[in-house]
Amino acid sequence: MAQTTTLQPTAASTLDAPRTGNWDGGNEPFKASYGKLMMWFFLLSDAFTFGAFLTTYGMIRHKHEVFTGEASAFHFSTKWWPIPDHVFNAFPGMGHANVPLGFVALMTMILIFSSVTMVLAVEAGHRMDKKDVQKWLLWTILFGTIFLLSQAWEWGHFIRGHEEGTLMADGTVFHGANLSMNQYGPVLFADLFFFITGFHGTHVLSGVCLLVWCFIATTNGTFEKRGHYEMVEKIGLYWHFVDLVWVFVFTFFYLV
Amino acid sequence: MSAPAATDNAFTGEIAKPNTAGIWKIFFVLVAITAVEFAVTFAMEAQSVRTLRNSILIGLTILKAFFIVGEFMHLKHETKGLIWTILVPSVLLVWLLVALVTEGSFIGETLSNMFS
Repeated sequence: MAQTTTLQPTAASTLDAPRTGNWDGGNEPFKASYGKLMMWFFLLSDAFTFGAFLTTYGMIRHKHEVFTGEASAFHFSTKWWPIPDHVFNAFPGMGHANVPLGFVALMTMILIFSSVTMVLAVEAGHRMDKKDVQKWLLWTILFGTIFLLSQAWEWGHFIRGHEEGTLMADGTVFHGANLSMNQYGPVLFADLFFFITGFHGTHVLSGVCLLVWCFIATTNGTFEKRGHYEMVEKIGLYWHFVDLVWVFVFTFFYLV
Repeated sequence: MSAPAATDNAFTGEIAKPNTAGIWKIFFVLVAITAVEFAVTFAMEAQSVRTLRNSILIGLTILKAFFIVGEFMHLKHETKGLIWTILVPSVLLVWLLVALVTEGSFIGETLSNMFS
């Protein structure tokens, strides 16, 4: 592509002609640039990290007992794994109203929407439309930040706990959660919540930092001078991956 | 797709009109799948249909992943080699997940029957 004007001396004989076979180098078997390919491989390795987290979650969850009664009769106990919609049922500004998974659903929508604005930024980059790239990057940064703040609220609520709390083995009522005790169920439930959503949140935070840097570089005209907006595409790949991880966390941690 | 070759001069050409109908279509598909997931979670709370419900949820999640990776991350339109390079190791992850979840059930059973 666009490399028709390379300064190569005309070959005197076929022996001098550059070798162009599959294994002679100089070609792109995947038709993807170095940077994009490396981003894909990084994301694959990151998928293994999150895969390890979710596998750990699945194994530990299946090791514990399941609550076998009616869903409406469910109560927290360290005996069995909690039903997620009884744990995550609060919504900011609605006090003690029971909104099972309502806030998580909103967070999911926000992240999916930020993914769409990211694709729109990449699309604008293909058209070399600096203004549109800036606009959609800003929207993506905004939604990413809102997601992070939502997660902070979610953590705060999880740590402070529900009003009723849970009677612990030593006779005291315990509210909320920390790494060694929680009111919702087995100790590892809260640990896995902190580690999995925390690790995902760290990824979102890195993503927002990259996007802010990308916005500054776009504004400075760095990509315009370079002649392409491939950096937006590469950061876009990372951002979609973070959204993808959330899709799996949403299903395995909150729904099933 | 390879990157456009770098040019020395700043871009000065016409800016094309945005073509985003396809992107918004994928967005609405993702929102619809999420809504269905949500409905299924609350419509099938009984213990007897748990396995069926979880299978549906996991199926829908994989469908969502297909749209995000295929369309948003553009993998569907890359070369076959790149598609397989990403997919094959990911399938091994699913194997690991299934194997260790089964293992977890056995460990739980063994621990709870240890003294009986």
